[in-house]
Amino acid sequence: MDKVLFGDNQFFAVSHMSDEKSRQQAIRFKDDNSIINVLDQARCVGINTFMCTTHERISNICDHIRANKEKYEGYKIYPCMPYAHKFANAVTEYGYIGTIKKYIPGNLLGSFAKGGLAFVRKDFISLMELLVDAEMKMFKGIDTPVIFLQNVLVDLILGLKMITVFKEYDHYIRKRYNAEPGYITMNMPAMYDALSSVGINNPIICSSINKLGFRMSGGKEIYEKYLAEKQFRPIAMQVLAAGALKPKEAIEYLGKLPRIESVLFGASSRNHIQETKELIEKYMA
Amino acid sequence: MMKLKGGVIGLGKMGISHAAIVGTHPSVDLVAVCDTTSIVLDVFKKFSNIRLYHDYIKMFENENLDFVVIATPTRLHYPMVKYALNKKVNVLCEKPFCMNSIEGSELEQLAVKNGLINQVSYHNQFIGTFRELKRLIKSGVIGELVHFTGEAYGNVITDEKGGTWRSDPKEGGGCLFDYASHVINLVQEIIGRPVRANGTLRKKILSKGVDDAVYSMLTLENGLSGVLMVNWCDQTYRKMSTSLTIQGKKGKIICDATEIKIYLHEPQIREGLDKGWTIKYITDLAIPVNFYLRGEEYSAQIDHFIECIAQKKQTEINSFEQALYTDKVIEMIIKDSKLQNNG
Repeated sequence: MDKVLFGDNQFFAVSHMSDEKSRQQAIRFKDDNSIINVLDQARCVGINTFMCTTHERISNICDHIRANKEKYEGYKIYPCMPYAHKFANAVTEYGYIGTIKKYIPGNLLGSFAKGGLAFVRKDFISLMELLVDAEMKMFKGIDTPVIFLQNVLVDLILGLKMITVFKEYDHYIRKRYNAEPGYITMNMPAMYDALSSVGINNPIICSSINKLGFRMSGGKEIYEKYLAEKQFRPIAMQVLAAGALKPKEAIEYLGKLPRIESVLFGASSRNHIQETKELIEKYMA
Repeated sequence: MMKLKGGVIGLGKMGISHAAIVGTHPSVDLVAVCDTTSIVLDVFKKFSNIRLYHDYIKMFENENLDFVVIATPTRLHYPMVKYALNKKVNVLCEKPFCMNSIEGSELEQLAVKNGLINQVSYHNQFIGTFRELKRLIKSGVIGELVHFTGEAYGNVITDEKGGTWRSDPKEGGGCLFDYASHVINLVQEIIGRPVRANGTLRKKILSKGVDDAVYSMLTLENGLSGVLMVNWCDQTYRKMSTSLTIQGKKGKIICDATEIKIYLHEPQIREGLDKGWTIKYITDLAIPVNFYLRGEEYSAQIDHFIECIAQKKQTEINSFEQALYTDKVIEMIIKDSKLQNNG
């Protein structure tokens, strides 16, 4: 994995610090071109991996990348699925079965050899595979070497102790997509333990890691202990603690945790992108 | 120490999230869950060791529970909570509490009579910014209060089809019950209890059977008046956004789940607040939790409930009594909307 991964929260009005900032972002990134411009600015400073949710607007970005193959040579996307709000809202509005029907394309369900929805009800692994395929459709033809499960789903499965689901996901991503599975979580130590318990070794785990201990469940100390002692491939996110930390202070802290493989961050201006990237290169070389 | 035995009834979006949080609590064994939807129970059957029930009465009869989390449609809260209380089981119930205040009063009295810990899941009370707002209002930083606005917006309903209980008024669906109840509860606990609703408008936007937006003028027991504005089919919001704006004679505070913005006419040295704007963020105010799913507040409220059971001490946050009062305000709003001839 590259040292620096470019995130997408800023494009989709996700701010963990301010609803007002979210609104400003939604206005600024109304057009797909404005997203593409920022991605291109990040590429100019050498950031060639975009880690993004399966938000419906990402499919337009994928179209653009496919249409400009030469320009995006070597460009990678790390999809993160599912886009949680899409599903949470759908469950509220349509119920569980209604949601499955809505998000698995009819032709996929229909062509599902073993008998469509009635079968899916009893075979959750096939259902999971269908949902993954439905989410992955938009990335066809694009290099996606790591495919992540999003934190809401990861942490739900983790809390319900349905750990074998991770094993099945791991297996399917490797087999069907020839990619590495990754896991985003707000509960990194518990997630590491859960994956170890089903024999998933050296997993890619993306979690909040910041000097403030913000969104580091159980506290910063246990995170630091796991980062020092356990064998996994950590990605740090929320490194600026939603903007509460100054970039220099934030990255300097990460520099003291040498096992961190990559840093995920998002920004909207070229200056911010460049500044953060340079800090990462300086303190985390 | 013996672990507490817990159960969850209702495995919809909220119930399943409660189950995950309860399941990770170090002092608790989640022993049983109950739902009528077979697909959800099938998932549990395949992937977990938790005992499964279709019928909540069977669950209470077979399991010796210390507490239960009830996260079913509102109409079902009354019979289920009553059954639990009669079985001497402590209860955390989803909001809003009941379909009407007669049911709610009975349950509240029964819980007190049986000495059981009772809490309702108004999770905003466990968000650091709203807690800080409550403290600041209590300490009087903005002086005598003159007006408030309580708002919530979100995009739950996005088309006219809607097929779950949330679009059925008989089940306790609709924006007033589901969304506005959060704001009413915040107003009630942070600023003061509403005693009157005027000029209520309940608007259908996409739904056929229920309101999608509620606007009402509320007068509180302390005489202060303000406005409630809630809409759950506003697509400009990515997720539910709840806020309170409180105007005082010495300044103003705007608070939502992520930040609290304080404007003061004069500095408040004791509070370390400058003249003009001071902004405090959730990053400094969030309640630390051991397990995180969708927000610290969901874990913090369960931690608090468990703590109250362990200490045998009734909660001061989100008791049945407080939630019952929110139900009473909902009734005031419904009554007023009928007077306005639009309900």
